[in-house]
Parts: sequence; structure tokens; C-alpha cells
Amino acid sequence: MKLTGAQIVIESLIKENVEVVFGYPGGAIMNVYDEIYKQNAFKHILAKHEQGAVHMADGYARASGKVGVAMVTSGPGLTNAVTGIATAYTDSIPLVVISGQVPTTAIGTDAFQEVDAVGVTRPITKHNFLVKDVKDLPFIMKEAFYLARSGRPGPVHIDIPKDVTVAKTKFEYPEKIELITYKPTYKGNKRAIKRAVDAIKRAKRPVLYVGGGAVLSGAYELVREMVKLTKIPTVETLMARGVIRHDCPYLLGMVGMHGTYAANMAMNDADLIVSLGARFDDRVTGKLDEFAKHADIVHIDIDPSQIGKVVKTKYPIVGDLKNVLEDMLPLIIEEIDADKYEEWREILNRYQELYPLKYNDDDSVIKPQWAIQKTGEIAPEDAVISTDVGQHQMWTAQFYPFTYPRQLLTSGGLGTMGFGFPAALGAKRAVGEKVVINFTGDGSIMMNIQEILTGYRYKLPVVNIILNNNYLGMVRQWQTMFYDDRLSETDLSDVQPDFVKLAESMGGIGFRVKTKDEFEKALKEAIEAKKVAFIDVQIDRREDVLPMVPPNSPLKNMLIFKEDK
Amino acid sequence: MKRIISVIVENEHGVLARIVNMFAGRGYNITSLTVAPIPNSEFSRMTIVSEGDPKVFEQIVKQLHKLIPVYKVIESDDFIEKEMAMVKFPIENHLADIDALARCYNGSISNVGEKHVIVSVVDRPVRIDNFLKAIKKYKPLEIVRSGASVIER
Repeated sequence: MKLTGAQIVIESLIKENVEVVFGYPGGAIMNVYDEIYKQNAFKHILAKHEQGAVHMADGYARASGKVGVAMVTSGPGLTNAVTGIATAYTDSIPLVVISGQVPTTAIGTDAFQEVDAVGVTRPITKHNFLVKDVKDLPFIMKEAFYLARSGRPGPVHIDIPKDVTVAKTKFEYPEKIELITYKPTYKGNKRAIKRAVDAIKRAKRPVLYVGGGAVLSGAYELVREMVKLTKIPTVETLMARGVIRHDCPYLLGMVGMHGTYAANMAMNDADLIVSLGARFDDRVTGKLDEFAKHADIVHIDIDPSQIGKVVKTKYPIVGDLKNVLEDMLPLIIEEIDADKYEEWREILNRYQELYPLKYNDDDSVIKPQWAIQKTGEIAPEDAVISTDVGQHQMWTAQFYPFTYPRQLLTSGGLGTMGFGFPAALGAKRAVGEKVVINFTGDGSIMMNIQEILTGYRYKLPVVNIILNNNYLGMVRQWQTMFYDDRLSETDLSDVQPDFVKLAESMGGIGFRVKTKDEFEKALKEAIEAKKVAFIDVQIDRREDVLPMVPPNSPLKNMLIFKEDK
Repeated sequence: MKRIISVIVENEHGVLARIVNMFAGRGYNITSLTVAPIPNSEFSRMTIVSEGDPKVFEQIVKQLHKLIPVYKVIESDDFIEKEMAMVKFPIENHLADIDALARCYNGSISNVGEKHVIVSVVDRPVRIDNFLKAIKKYKPLEIVRSGASVIER
């Protein structure tokens, strides 16, 4: 039977077991939306802005581990989606983004709502396609899903001209796909693995440095096993929060600019760093010349281009972390004596005791860290947590008691303000009954606040905790620290929305809290409300995120906490 | 340091843009670039001459591999390397001199018109450099270089 291009899109999504598409219709994609109208196999969630739609698909993908699907129209529809796509790209999140395009005959004529879509998304996708012939469409759909989820995952964009959605062809969805130009390496080289294990065995001060790859490859149980067996001090990147339970005695916490002192000193003093799906981001390494000067590097990554990109790597292993650890753990059980690192652990524990994560709590004003810790106590242990970007994001990463991977959804690589709320909505769609909480700031929440209505319409109750300091807080902190407190365009105190009314006007529920009691009460009510909730938490305005490695400083030069007042 | 990479890519929409964008986006230089389809196949060969230290070059090769339509990246020191140059001279020159010079560089006079004589030569890029120096006194009006093409020995 012959199907139109639009029907092929729908049938392909069904073949890929897609259960929800996040999107926004428009002229060039109308034929596909007409077919969405006619089917019942999957749901469509209409966002209020294309950026929101893509972040929702992203949040859905992060929380579920499945491929997120977003659909937008040509021109502005696609350009609005760009920030969402780039966010997913930097954090290696599998998405398939389908955009409409002007008819093939109009391409290149500066037609209405025409933009060179594949040109725009080329540097922010794992791969992209312009479908010029409907005959290619089934294979491209298959290839897109395959590319998005295989190897190092990432977003794939398919641009479909309007005439291609009308044209007909015989629909046969490929069962299997094999690309001669794309063959990710999953199994690690056995000899390389053996050499790495020998290096771990020889090391006196090893550190396990766990990154987002541990989440993406589904390797967290093996990573936990490795930590348990070896008792090697372990640090997590922002993207890896939750891979190791927060109460694991060998976890030193987050590493990098706002990591713990102990985690950063572990990296600084280590003689061997074992990177498990991390990529030595500049927010992790601090000043590169001074980074881990005494350490050899074991780097396990499925993307060969990450190895040796930032640091010189003595023991490279290209492969999927899960596959590599499956081969590595038996050798580790055989050869590694966990007691060997006792002295090293003691040194790091002393650092931890000397400079733990802390803040000066206060009964007269809510400290953001307190609100986050309190939320950790009140919310169920399996609550999914998303964040926007800024101070609240770092406080959440530092103070929330994470217990499992995919619990924290945050824009780590791109640092996209406006990510948290739509991502939380997408995640809520994926996780069903679990409580979903978005920590945000009074700056970030205003980007994509329109999605309250989406949450209301599709019954996606998400609790937004706005840690409101009436500042663009992270920039304010840097201005205070490095620009003599010249607060250029960061003070928002003169104009703040009434978040309570704002939420209520779009079917949500709002709270404004100034005391600890009010906060606890509001949070409990918000979780119970089964509505999109906004808790406007008036926090200590001048609280800083500490400790901190100043930009371009070595990890060991951390700014520690201010003295107690 | 000069490096030559030969890249075999699938002939598909936008593949050249993908390669060039990757170089531009990551701040790598392209000294020269030649592309042509490989006969009887679905592939094209790109020859890219680039500058960079070994670490940068390693990243270039890895980033090329990462692009989905890239089939093969060949980096070798053992290439046969050739480049073509075409030069237009005013007709007032002594044709025998120019012809003799061109022959030294595997070339000849390709065309003689009312006002111009056009010479083409094919040789290693360094030799092309030398040829272009040698012909300066004949006041060339226009010089076209093709960029390097290479084949593995």
C-alpha cells in the first residue's frame, strides 16, 4: 500500500513505539498534524513555544531513557527549537526533532517561513537530514532513531518539505539498519582494559571520576559495584549526580567549580584518575595547566574524540561504559585489594571534615540550601528533580540527596536558562506517579513560564520551587566577587511578577513563603495539589554558591565559606 | 605544521558543508581542499591540507570520523601529492621561454589566444611554488592553483 510522506512519519513513529510527541503545528508541517489528528497510537502534547516543546521532549528522554520526539514547523518554528536542540546535543540526549520545510520547489527562494534548517542545526545535532524524496523517508526515520540512541546519543533533526509530506510511496519500515560509515565501538579493547586495571592496581591515590556517560550507558549498577569493591574515593560530575547514592561513604561529592573541597583535592592529589563517562569539562578541570598534575588518566568513553581532547590520556579505552565495566570488574575482583587505599581515603576524609559543604543557617530568613535539603526530606525518595541554570542549580547539585541516576535533570553542558520547567513537564509525562520538582530562580523561570498552561492542559502537576533572591544570582555573585560589586543589570527587585496570581491565571496554584514553616507547609500542599505549583521562596538575597574555584584557577585554590557571622 | 588528510565520504546532500563547518566551528584551518566523486562508487574523496600541531590534528581526525557520512579518514606521510597550476601570460612574452619552463614542471602551453597565452603545470605543491617564483619575470596576469590531490603509495 502506498502512503503519503505525512502518513509515513506517523507509521514510523508508531513502529518506534513512540508514545508521546511534543510539538507545535504550523503551515509547512500541517499535513503531518492532519495525520496526528486521525490516529490514536500516540499522544501529542501542544507546548506554548517550540523551545518548550523540545525541552519537554528532552526532559522526557532524560527521565525515561527513551528517545524524545519533538515536532515543529519551518522557519521560526525551527529556529525557536534551536536552543532546545543545542541543550540536548551538549548533554548527549537522544532526540528526534521533525520540522516542516517549504516545498522542495520553493527551497532557496526565500519563501515564507523558509530558513536553511539543516544549515542551522548542523553544528548542534548528531546528524540531520533534508528529505528530498519521499522514497527515502522510511529509511531516514529509521536511521534517525538509530543514530539518536546508539553510540554516544544525541539529537537528530529531520527536515521534511511540505510536498514530500504529500507525495506517496510504498511504505516498508526497515527492520534492521546497518550503516557502513557509522559503527560505534561498544566493546573495549581487552588489552587496554587489562592495562587500565594494572594501573589501578599500582596506583596509591586513585580517584573514580564519574560522568553523565554512566547514566546514558545504563552502567550505574556496575559503577556502584566498582566503588563498593574497590572503595576507591569517587567524585561525580553534575551530569552524574545520583549514579552513586548521596550517602555512599566513598562518594566525595561533586567535582569542579562548585564541587566539594575533598572532591577537588582528590583530583588535585590523585596519582590516577579513572574517568567513567566524563569528558574533563572546563568547569571540572579548573585551570588546565594545573589540573591533576600528578595523575595518569584512564579514560573510558564511547566517543573517541573525547579521549585526549583536554588531558593527555595514558590509558585510553574506547567503548560503552557498561560493556567495558562488564569486562573490567572480574579483573578488578581478582586483582584489587581495597584496603590498599585506606590511607588515601583517610586523607580525603580529613579534607571532607575540614571543609564540608555547609551554609550559615538562619531562622529569620530562608537559606536556599536549607530549602533544598528540606525538600529532600519532605519529597519522596524517588522524586525527580529538574533545575534551571544559575545559583539554584549549583545549590541543588550540592545539597539535594540524590539516590538514583536520571533523578536529576539539568542543562549541564549548555547551561540553558528556561530548561527546568518544560523539562520537568516532559519528565512528568514519562514518570507518571512520581513527584516532579523543578528548582528554579526568579530569573530562569521567566524563560518558558508560558508552559504553565501546558501543564494545566495535560494534567502534568510539577512543583516549581523558585528560589527567589530578586537577582540574576549567579551573575550577581560574579559581579560581587570579580567586578567590585557593580551589579550591572542583575537586580530584579524593582519589578517582580506576582507568581501566585501568575500561576493561578493559568490553572496552577501559587504560594509565597518567607519563613521555614511557611515553606514546609506550602511544599506539602503543592505536592498534594496535583496542579502545576509555584512556590515563590523569598531567600537570603546575598547568599553565594560556595565553595568555588574562581575562573581559571587550579582546583586546589578554592574559595571556602565565609566565617560564621 | 602542514598535514594532509584524505577523507572518503558518502555522496549525499550537504556533506561538504558538514566537513567545512566542522573545521570552521572548531577553529581549524583549511589550506586547501579538493573534492571529486570516486568513479563507480557512492563515495567522494576530499583532500584537505591543514595546519596545526599534532594534538589539534588528532582532534581534526577524530572529529572527521565522528561525522556520520565519513567512511574513512586516511592520514599518512606516504602520499603521492600533486597539484595543478594554470597561469595566464601576456602574449608579448617569448613563448619558447615559457614553454621550456612549463616543461620543467610537467606542463605545457595549453592555449594561445590573441592577447594571452595560458600554461598549465602539474607537480608537487613545493615545486609549484618554485614554478610560480620562476615565472614572475614574465608578468603573469592570473594564477589559478587547484589545491593538492593525493594518493597513498
